[in-house]
Amino acid sequence: MIEFSTWDILRNLLLATRWTILLSLVSFVGGGAVGLLLLFLRISKRKAARAFAKYYIELFQGTPLLMQLFLAFFGLGLFGIDVPAWLAAGLALVLWTASFLAEIWRGCVESIARGQWEASASLGMGRLQQMRYVILPQALKIAVPPTVGFSVQVVKGTALTSIIGFVELSKAGTVVTNATFQPFTVYGLVALIYFALCWPLSKSSQILERKLNVAHRNH
Amino acid sequence: MSLIEITEVRKSYGTNEVLKGINLDVEPGEVIAIIGKSGSGKSTLLRCINGLETITQGSISVAGAQLIDDEVHLKALRLKVGMIFQQFNLFPHLTAGGNVMLSQSVVKKTAKAEAEAMARKMLDRVGLGHKFEAYPDELSGGQQQRVAIARALAMQPIALLCDEITSALDPELVAEVLAVVRELAAEGMTLLMVTHEMKFARDVCSRVVFMHQGRVHEIGRPEEVFANPKTPELQQFLGVH
Repeated sequence: MIEFSTWDILRNLLLATRWTILLSLVSFVGGGAVGLLLLFLRISKRKAARAFAKYYIELFQGTPLLMQLFLAFFGLGLFGIDVPAWLAAGLALVLWTASFLAEIWRGCVESIARGQWEASASLGMGRLQQMRYVILPQALKIAVPPTVGFSVQVVKGTALTSIIGFVELSKAGTVVTNATFQPFTVYGLVALIYFALCWPLSKSSQILERKLNVAHRNH
Repeated sequence: MSLIEITEVRKSYGTNEVLKGINLDVEPGEVIAIIGKSGSGKSTLLRCINGLETITQGSISVAGAQLIDDEVHLKALRLKVGMIFQQFNLFPHLTAGGNVMLSQSVVKKTAKAEAEAMARKMLDRVGLGHKFEAYPDELSGGQQQRVAIARALAMQPIALLCDEITSALDPELVAEVLAVVRELAAEGMTLLMVTHEMKFARDVCSRVVFMHQGRVHEIGRPEEVFANPKTPELQQFLGVH
């Protein structure tokens, strides 16, 4: 039997961590883009657009991420589309992240006083101009702490993709455990690595919240 | 043709009718005070004129621009009438100058230098030329309201709607805002103002509209309306017996 040093274990886990980070980034950036689109639909003047975004959000927030991963991985396969694990993982996480970010941002946009909409409308601005120049610049400041805070959920969410066979940190943990028979050491290290990724995010969310709040100024 | 034509305007919220057939024609250069109890529909009427509220029936036109509820028509109309609010509604993330410049560059696509020159001119006009770089939260209420006036004026409207613009101000700050409005009136700007400043209405306005329960209850020159109110409701409102 081959002996594995702790360094061997850690080295392999760290290599897999690259995929966790990459998947987190893709989910967050992609989810942000789709989320922004959903946000615009959600606060649109068109009833159909609002309804679509509302049901989308309810659907993705109301079902477990794991089911969404299964559906993306196996479901598309039923239609004869061969979906690699990385694609199913990325797709499901992007759509899932989007539903939460859209709802967080909607709260931020709606917290902007109605007078801001009315004043900018009275000056002749169209809806997109109001959003771009008046509402979003203010809403963005409010949105930063909860958005950064949510990114922690995204990082942890990537762990579920191990189940459909995407080799990221958790999957690597399982693989390494199977080879070394040292589950406590391996999963302990896995947990530490997740913590090392998430804690700075939580912390910066807190710091940002205090910074953007204490000043209580909008500029 | 009158500058602002309000014809048989009705407005309901559900089954609650708050405007019950309003007719009012405003000539260029007129200064009109709209008075009445709260809930009489005076603010709603003002907000209907520039389409912040959609009317249920009737028609409104400003200098030939019809009030039609779509973005193109609303924009055309809103370029003709500016509005000033009780709560100022300055954009808190922009300086005073930025507030006055924004809609010029976004809506009218005015070049930056030109928009800035206009902003300085308008801030000077309301006595705040030196506050160009100040953010709204560094200004007093009266100063904020004057910036809001400058912001509306920079779009060069032909009429201004003022919705209780001194009601949120401390008493000692009311005068500075009214002084600006008085000056605008003297320069011939058409003004429609919902106000509780009876003395101001008496001194400055060409006509006073008394609204009661969603209708124009009494209308006339201020000296008639204030000195000789005809209806018991207006007498009660003015406290004359």
